Amino acid sequence: MLLEVDGLSKSFGRRAAVDDISFAVDVGEVVGFLGPNGAGKTTTMRMIAGYLEPDAGRVRVFNIDVAEDRARAQHRVGYLPEGAPLYGEMTPWTFLRFIAEARGMPKDAARHAVSRAAQDARLGDSIERTIETLSKGYRRRVGLAAALLHDPLLLVLDEPTDGLDPNQRQAVRDLIRRLGKERGLLLSTHSLEEVAAVCTRAIVIHEGRIVADAPPAKLAEGHADGLEGAFRALTGGAETVQ
Amino acid sequence: MRSLLAVYRREILSYATTPTAYVFVAVFLFAIGLFTFQVGGFFAERRADLSGFFAFHPWLFMVFLPAVAMRLWSEEARSGALELLLTLPAPTWALVAGKFLAAWTIAAIALALTTPLWITVNLLGDPDNAAILTGYIASLLMAGAYIAIGSAMSALTPSQVVAFVLAVLAAFLLTALGLPMVSDFATPFVGGAVAEALTRFSILHHFDAAQRGVIELRSIYYFGSLAILFLGYTWLAIDARRGG
Repeated sequence: MLLEVDGLSKSFGRRAAVDDISFAVDVGEVVGFLGPNGAGKTTTMRMIAGYLEPDAGRVRVFNIDVAEDRARAQHRVGYLPEGAPLYGEMTPWTFLRFIAEARGMPKDAARHAVSRAAQDARLGDSIERTIETLSKGYRRRVGLAAALLHDPLLLVLDEPTDGLDPNQRQAVRDLIRRLGKERGLLLSTHSLEEVAAVCTRAIVIHEGRIVADAPPAKLAEGHADGLEGAFRALTGGAETVQ
Repeated sequence: MRSLLAVYRREILSYATTPTAYVFVAVFLFAIGLFTFQVGGFFAERRADLSGFFAFHPWLFMVFLPAVAMRLWSEEARSGALELLLTLPAPTWALVAGKFLAAWTIAAIALALTTPLWITVNLLGDPDNAAILTGYIASLLMAGAYIAIGSAMSALTPSQVVAFVLAVLAAFLLTALGLPMVSDFATPFVGGAVAEALTRFSILHHFDAAQRGVIELRSIYYFGSLAILFLGYTWLAIDARRGG
């Protein structure tokens, strides 16, 4: 298994953000992480990436416990944080070089990795412009390239298409589909149409708990308006709609 | 080690490509010139030495170096890039050390840019160059301590302004403890021995000792410990964020 999440919990103050979550992701799976705002998607992904420490439960990446051996686990995960934070004063090229070298790659390997990731993420010729002058969609692709630098088998992407225009969204989706063939992907999104388009499986999370875990087509079964109806029924939005 | 160097290079690049560092260094050079010549009476002293120049270092560093260090962590927390850094497989101490060394390099550059003054006193007279070199070394070590204070305060808050104010306050307290005015004021309350001990704990006390031309091992330990203490605190503060 690429990723095993077992009984994961995390509270902020008295509010339980993530409450006893368990699931696994294997190679070839593109898992869509769905849920209303504040359901615990970002918190879960942050714990997988080793940014937050869980209160209980554990995350294993390639059988490496993230809490016990964080750096070794982080070597194997490609992570795109929510909003894809970057350093605005750098160019994509210098930024990616920095990430590669901070990951411990020697100079030559870093240069190779940057060229390859830039190609994978279709960065094209804007790679020498400063990041703050680039469009949102392009910046998101730079964030994706940073997550791909070390060629990880597991990718954790927090809202990779949020705030993008339809063209940019399509480009990122194509990339995700391409990457998903030989890797394991966990991506959070608010777009149900995206789940239907790229995900092999959908996990719906509500108030910190998993309320559904099934292929998108199966999830949509028996609901008049497909996935959207299923999402509302699972996350308690149905009452407000009716 | 590679991560440390990568972080160091990125910070230096960031100082070099944004105007703040240039502005701070320029203001520092202007201020040190003003103080040395106008307040310190460099020419009026009619002595070929730099004591009037070094005497102002603690007071200028106290404001200038927190300004250089304030963005180190605050800016990362504000922009969200901290999440990027903390999900790299790099130890937190390497990030702390890389950032500290970069800011210290800026301080070293600012100090290096004051060397024309050193050349000038050599043209005007026959100064004790060994004493001046000692002064520069002590000043550089002291700068490291001030930057470590700035780094620790910057790790506390996503606001650069708050980090700056806290750092100036902490730096002022640690410096001013050495003023006779402060120890005289404290003596009736805490007793002479405690006031004396507080004086010995001040940055001013150790910098003044180095000013007399001998850099004591004790002062090196002092500035080193101060830097390590505050960098250790930075490390803890950054790692504590993982707890949420």
